[in-house]
Order: sequence, then C-alpha cells, then structure tokens
Amino acid sequence: MLKTRGSFLVDATGFDAWALTLAVFLPAVGALVMMVVPRARELELKMIALGSSLAALAVGVYLLFAFDYGNAGELQFGVHKGWIDAINADYILGLDGLSLPLLILSMVIIPLCVIYSWEHIPEPGNAKAFFILMLILASGMNGTFVAQDLILFFVFFEVVLLPMYFMIGVWGGENRRYASLKFFLFTLFGSALMIVSFVALYFVATNEAGTALNTFNMSELAEAAGGDLARGTQAIIFAGLFMGFGIKVPMFPFHTWLPDAHTEAPTVGSVILAAVLLKLGTYGFVRIALPFLPEGAAAWAPWIGLLAVIGIIYGALGCLAQTDMKRLIAFSSVAHMGFVMLGIATLTPIGINAAVFGMVAHGIITGMLFFLAGSVKERYHTLEIGRLGGLLKSAPRMGWILAISAMASLGLPGLAGFWGEFPVILSAYNPGAGLSEELFRTYMVIAAVGTVFAAGYLLWLFQRSAFGEPKAEWEGHAIADVNRFEWAAWMPLILAMVVFGFFPGLIFGVVDDVSVGIAESISAAVGGS
Amino acid sequence: MNLGALVAFVRPELDWHALAPELTLLAVGTLVTVADIALDDKAKRMMPTLAGIGLLITLVPILTLAADGAERSMFGGAYVVDDFSLVLKALFILAGYVVVLMSVDYVREGDYYENEYYTLLLTSLLGMVMMASSRDLVSVFVALELLSIPAYMLAAWRKGGPRSNEAGLKYYLMGVFASAVMLYGMSLVFGVAGDTDFGTISEALRGEGASPIVIVAILFVLVGFAFKVSAVPFHTWAPDTYEGAPTPVTAFLSVASKAAGFVALLGLVFVAFEGAADVVQPFFWVLAVVTMTVGNLIALRQTNIVRMLAYSGVAQGGFMLVPFAVAFEGDAWTVPGAGITTTVLPSAYEAVIVYLIIYAFMNLGAFSVVLAVARRTRSGEIDSYAGLFRYAPGMAVLMTVFLASLAGIPPAGGWFAKFVIFRTLADASTPAGWVLAAIVAVNAVIAFGYYARVLVQMWFEPVPETVALGVDASGDAEDELADEPAEASANDDGGFVATETRQQTMVAFTPGPIPMTGALAAALAITVVATMALGVFPGLVSHFGEVASFYLGG
Repeated sequence: MLKTRGSFLVDATGFDAWALTLAVFLPAVGALVMMVVPRARELELKMIALGSSLAALAVGVYLLFAFDYGNAGELQFGVHKGWIDAINADYILGLDGLSLPLLILSMVIIPLCVIYSWEHIPEPGNAKAFFILMLILASGMNGTFVAQDLILFFVFFEVVLLPMYFMIGVWGGENRRYASLKFFLFTLFGSALMIVSFVALYFVATNEAGTALNTFNMSELAEAAGGDLARGTQAIIFAGLFMGFGIKVPMFPFHTWLPDAHTEAPTVGSVILAAVLLKLGTYGFVRIALPFLPEGAAAWAPWIGLLAVIGIIYGALGCLAQTDMKRLIAFSSVAHMGFVMLGIATLTPIGINAAVFGMVAHGIITGMLFFLAGSVKERYHTLEIGRLGGLLKSAPRMGWILAISAMASLGLPGLAGFWGEFPVILSAYNPGAGLSEELFRTYMVIAAVGTVFAAGYLLWLFQRSAFGEPKAEWEGHAIADVNRFEWAAWMPLILAMVVFGFFPGLIFGVVDDVSVGIAESISAAVGGS
Repeated sequence: MNLGALVAFVRPELDWHALAPELTLLAVGTLVTVADIALDDKAKRMMPTLAGIGLLITLVPILTLAADGAERSMFGGAYVVDDFSLVLKALFILAGYVVVLMSVDYVREGDYYENEYYTLLLTSLLGMVMMASSRDLVSVFVALELLSIPAYMLAAWRKGGPRSNEAGLKYYLMGVFASAVMLYGMSLVFGVAGDTDFGTISEALRGEGASPIVIVAILFVLVGFAFKVSAVPFHTWAPDTYEGAPTPVTAFLSVASKAAGFVALLGLVFVAFEGAADVVQPFFWVLAVVTMTVGNLIALRQTNIVRMLAYSGVAQGGFMLVPFAVAFEGDAWTVPGAGITTTVLPSAYEAVIVYLIIYAFMNLGAFSVVLAVARRTRSGEIDSYAGLFRYAPGMAVLMTVFLASLAGIPPAGGWFAKFVIFRTLADASTPAGWVLAAIVAVNAVIAFGYYARVLVQMWFEPVPETVALGVDASGDAEDELADEPAEASANDDGGFVATETRQQTMVAFTPGPIPMTGALAAALAITVVATMALGVFPGLVSHFGEVASFYLGG
C-alpha cells in the first residue's frame, strides 16, 4: 500500500505554529542585534551570539519533545502563509522525520562553534563580524531543512553562501582568496542550474491525471511524484537538480572545491561546512530530487551510484596521499559523502535511511575531527602529519579524543560512523526501483573495499600523530591539553558518537517513515509506467 | 479637400489630470531656472532641495492617477496614461530623486554649475516620464530626444576634465547616430504600416508578414534602441562615458536612461512588432547572449570600479533583453476588450519590468557607495577598496548588499530579478528558451567573478598605504595629467578606440570613517532598504509587474 507521504500540510496552532519560524529566525535576530552593538563590547557580543543560538536550540529541544513520532512521515508544526503571490511561492515550513535530525544537528553545531571560538577568534580577529556571519549561517541552514516551498528553500540554500565565503576569505589560511572564490563559484553554478530546474518543475509538473500543478509547494510536488511526466523530461530536470545538489555534496568530479575550502577555512568554518553545509546537498536529493522525479531518479541512479563509489575510492586514495591533517580529513569527507550518495542511489528504504544516518554521523564525527585539527594547529602551528607525533604523551586527553573520533570515522561498530556505512553496503545488495542488481552489487564490493581504505588512512593518521614519542622539535614546548572551552564544545559530540553508536534506532526510527514513503512512491511510479 | 480644414488648428482634447505629472516636472524645472536668475548666490544652495521636493510633489499626481485607475488616452492614442505608464513614471521619479540626493554634495563641492545641472536633470526626467506614456513612433522619438539631449550635456559636466569632455562627446555622437538609424527605421515602418500608432503598426505587420522591407525597418529601429540600452556590439560608448561622466550622472545614465530605452522597447516589441516575431525573437536571442557574455567577460578585466559597474550594467542589460527573445512564445489568448488574439507571453513582459525596478535600486545603491567611498579615498580604482571593512565596516556591508544583489544572491533583491528571467524562459518552454536559460545560468556565475573582486578587496585585504588618484574624485589632479599624450591603441577593453595611456598618481592614504552627508546617507538608506525589502518580500515588486502588464490590452 502506498503511504501518503508528505501529505498536504496542516497548519499548526498556538506556539507550534511559531516554533519553526523561531527556530529559523532567532539566530538572524541575534545577528541584527549584534550589528548595532559596538565592536568594543566583545563580551556582550559573544553573549548575544551564544544566547540566540542557544535560544534556537531550546526551540529545537521543544520540537524534539513535541514531535509526534508516530507520524514521523507527516509534516508537523506546519506554517503556510502567502509570500510572493505573483509567482505562487508561499512561506511554508514543516518538519518531518527527515528534517528533524538534520535540523537538530545544525542547531547543536552552532552554539558549540560559538563556545569553541569564545577565546580564539582566528586572525585577523573581529569577533563581532565572525559571530554575525555564524548566526546568519545558522538561519540559512535551519531554514533550508524546514522550508517546504521550493523558492523558500532556494533562498535559504543561497543565504549560507556569502557568510561562508567571507568566513573562508577573511579568517582563512594563506590560500584563502582562491579557496573562497572556488567554493563560491562552484556552488553558485550548481544553484543557478538548480533554480532553472525548479521553475521547470513549476511549469511542467503534473498530477497523475496530467493537469499542470503550477506550484512550488514541495509536499504537493512530492505527492504528485512526477505525475505523468515522461521519463526523458524527468531525467533532464533531474540533471539540473543533480548539478545543484551534487556540487554541494560534493560528488566526484565536482569535489575539487572541497579540499581547498576546508583546508583554508578557519576551524569553525570547516566544522560548519563539514557538519551541516554538505548535508544541504544530500538533503536536497532526498527531499526534492528523488520524490519529485522518481523516474528521473531511477534513470540517474546507476550514474549517481557510479560517481559515489568513485568518490569513495578516490577520496580514500586522496587521503592516503595527504601530508596535511586537515586536508586528509577533507578528503575523507569526499569518501564519506560517497557512502551517503550510494545509499541514496539504491532508492531503497534502507539505503535512504542509512544515508540520512550517514549525514548526521558524518556531521558529528567530521565536525569533531575538524575541531581537533584546529586545536592541533593552534598548539603545534602546523598540521604536517610527519611533524606531529606523540600526542598521546604530550596531550593525552586530546589524543584519546582523536582516537575515538578516528575510530568512529572509520566505521567501528559501537560508534556512530558504523551505521552510516554498513547499512548502505547492505542496501546496495538489493537496489530498488528495478535497478540492475549486478551493477549495484559491484558497487557494493567497491564500497566495502573503500571501508578498508578508510581504516587504513585513519589509523595511519592516528598512529603517526598520536603514537610514539613527541618529535624532538617540540621539546621544551608545553603542549596544552584540552581546555575547558574545548571540553564544552566537544563533549556533546563525543557523547553523540557513542549514543548513536549504541542506539542507532534513535535516528533510524525517526527517518524510517519518510524513507519508506519515498522508496515506495519511487517504485510505484517506476513500476506503474 | 477643404483648405480651411488643413489650416485651422483644432486643439486636441487635453486631460489635465493625466498630464499633471509632466506639467509638475516642467513647472519645477522652470522654477529652478527662474530662481537661478532671480535669486542671489546664497539662495542657490536651495536648488537641490527645490529639485528634490519638486520630484516628490510629482509623485502626488501619479498616485492620484493610480488611485483613480482609469485608462486615459490622448492625441489619438499616441499618449496613454495607464497602470503600466504610472508604475514606470513612479520608478523614474524615484530614481531621479535618488540621483538628486547623490548629486547634492558632489556638484556643490566640485564647484560645478548647480542650477543648470538640476534643470537638465529634471528635463531629462520629463522625457522619461513621457516615454512611459508614448504609444506612437512620433511620441516615442520626441520623448527619447527630450531625455537624451540633456543627458549629453550632463555627461560633460566636469568640463575642466578631458575625460568628461570625451564622455559627453562620445555619448552625443553615438546617441545622435543611433537616433538617426532609428529614425530611418521608423520612417520605413511608417511606409509599410501607413501609420505611426503602435496598434495600427501591429495590424499592418501581421498582414504584411516578414517581407524584406519589414525586416530592414524593424532591425534599424531595434539597433537604434540597442545603442540606447548599450547592448553589445553597440555598447562601446558606455564604459568611456560612464567613467568620464560625473558619478551621479553615470548612475543616472546607467539606471534611468537605460530603463527608458527598455520601456520604449517594451511598447515597440510587445505591441507593435508582434507580426514580425520571426525576426524579433532571434534578433533578441543573439543580442541577449552576446550582451550578457561579452559584458561579463570584459567586466572581469576592469580595474576601475565605475568601468566595472559600466560593463556590469551592460551585462545586466543583457539579462533584461532575455525575455524579449521569448516574447511571443505564450499560449494564444484574447486581449480583453480589443478582440485580438495574441501569443504574447505576459510573464516576459512582467519580467522586464520587475528587473528594471530591482536593478534601479541596487545599481543606484552601488553608485552611492562608490561616491561615498571616493570621498575618503579620492580614487576610483577597485584596489582602493582594500581594507574598507576594517575602517568603514558599515559601508563595506552596504556595498556587499548591493553587489550581492547585482550578482543575484538571496536575500538581496537581485535574486528575484534573475528568478523572473528563468521563470519566463521556463514559461515559454521552447528549446531555444531552455538553451538561453543555461546560458543565463552560466553568465550569472561569471558575473560573480568581478563582483567578488570588490568583495575581496573590501573584506580580505589590508588597508593600503597608497591609492591611485581617481579620474572622478579629483578633477583637478586629473587636469594636471591631461597633458599626457593620448595614443590610439587597442585599449584594455578590447575595443579599438583612442585612449590616453592610463597614468596613475599614487597618493598616501589614511584610513578613517567616510565623511558622510545627509543627502548621501539618505540615498544609501533608500536604496538599501529597497534592495533588501524587494529581496525578502518580492511580492512588492511582482505586484507592479502584474499590474503593469495590463498594458498589453492596448
């Protein structure tokens, strides 16, 4: 039986009607307030930044409690107001089991980044601007995860670009100009094609009966599931979406902006980029590309799967070739996002479910690794893996945190990373929507080999930076261990790695309804034609 | 034929209410001139205020006419006041008001003639306001000349500076040439149609089809307007004129003057030339693609911010030309009341208007920042923006908003302008349209490349120790350099025109807050509020686009 996924949004009442709006705009309000506070009053500025990001998180906690888990496939906390009447774009927000984990992830990461930056704003300083950008980012990210109108989604999707561009460009490393521009142009190119696909959807999307929908309302478009659009048309529109989301993910061969951006970005910039921004792309695939254009998705899935496994292997090999710790972590993102995309490409409930889990897990783990890289850089003033060593001796707590994070990242059972990889590999054994089993089983084998590589480069990283005696050049340098700000920023992430490692059902259970719905509607659409 | 009937002058019906905006503008312009003669020098300081208030008063009859809502037609349909014309009249007046605000201190501090400046500005605006109502080849031409001739003089307003003279002369020669070409085309159109009224031309062309004479006629008219809106390859005057002219005048030319050209094109193409869709659409397809692409690529290489904005304006004009390429790809519909069946695409029409409105505010804003920053740096080079964020963060944020808007990044207004272009192309849903959409998408990305260069300077670079003295900010220093030999060469823009070798005087630079004035602050406030409001609530502007497109009924 086909579940009515993404059914038409019912407006919430009372505080619930405001909850998502608050979640999205509280950080932006904080940013506006900060703009009028003089730059010299740094403590007040930091308090406002922390306060508004925590306020958004408080709304997030409320959402966690008020969310109806029995109906996780439905959009909840709905708001539907007019916005741009002339083009039929409305202000629609809604939260379902797919959005919830990602929204909470984004809400948690921002205050942690504020805390981490509390006493070390990267060069050239200016806490005010730094935190304002972070809050604008927060609004854009939260908004993307709850927007249920394509135009609104597009606006939020784009809002994050400039703040991240400035974050890399102003506070980044030596090669920041190149990296920031590359990041921007790549993403802009993708989103320009994406918006073309959005308007194309508006005009050509039909319902089952063939009547034009002429809507940007995402739940209506998902409901129609491509309507009676020809497979070829769907594939073309899907291509535009693929460019938009695929560059953001990033998928091989569009990944080249990522290592540069990550390497040059300041620590929290890398953290936000890895933890949340990359997820905007994968979220877009699951939320928009797959359900709206099921046949387009089926047509593209083998190619997406191919690029995904290339990404897995290429990312892993890239990691092995790196001498810089931060760049290594960046390449590992390419590999991990490859797993996520492979899960999506299988078009199965397990695959999509695992992909969403993989997004959250990657956000937590890689975010943590970038935090660590930042702290290592601060202490050693270098990230050359060859020059590090003996971290377990010189700063044992940090060394052990690196150990846990590296283990989580390589997919050790019992930690969060495992559940983002293993079920993906499993799902590729039996792809949905009539996809070729031979092909996906090949992908499965390649992906499995990729996990071995992952173990290789992560253990290699850990061994060379943490084991042994500290290098002679650091003699006489006191390497400070984890300080209180770092503890505060890292503890939640470490806990999350363990908790989700032992209780993956916390996320799987929430996402399941949605991913089953999407997979079923795809197989119904593909099978029915 | 009765000789008496030929000689006797019958006064046409005049609708005074409908003409009130034009008459008000005329009265204010006259008042400024008379006041100049009558009052002593001290009172002359009142002139910009007078001009500004006059413009705001002009808005009153526009609003009453809009509230009234009736369509008023005069002179046998040659002059029409409807919602379309009112929306654009209001836009011209508002843009003119912002330009006056930008000019106040520039003109005063530069010690230029003040009263004449405002008189000419108001006269040019009068031409634009008339253009919005013109529905006839003759009234279009008269309005065009009325708006252009004062603009030629304004471009040469820094008469001590050779570049400004060059600007004025180039603009004049190119403008007159374009007018001549256009007039020739118009006379051919008249020959074919037997009338100058848009509606009649439309009928005649439908009957005629695309005969060679029609093709020539239409191409001549369109090429004339391509000069006016600085479409490539008819754009060569724009960068030199923009760079040489006083900055407020440049802002005026790049926004209001260009908008007036587009307004005329809207009437001509969508109403008069529908019968020649086979000629018009491919012409605009090519023109739009070339204009966007060339404008963008050359803009990438500019080192002077005004020149960069000039080429950016060329490229933006290319985006505005895009809807014309699919002007007649709609479903057949019947114009209410007129009983004509047409395939005009209303969303294409709306898209141009929406783009014009948003473009006006964001571009005027960018020029306002250029003016403000030049008060501190006395330079027009992009390099001189280095470190702006460090010593004037507010100004850097404002510039960022305007540039982001020009690049089409939400939530600043420009995204919606780009969006309606894409929407139009999707609405048309033709293969040529989809290809064009992909080209627009690529161009939108290229454009960010040069806007980013300013962002990079403002945000990423340290404050410079010296800056290159600008053409504009320091007319005197420029004059001293004027003895440098001019040489004819392929200039850095790729165009083959005679240019001076670029001599730069480096002067020491001390950072500090931008010296602001009330008028400039007001200009910045109006433009930034409008740019952001249009981005966050695009419904404001799309409403006007929709209202205005009822003009198609004519």
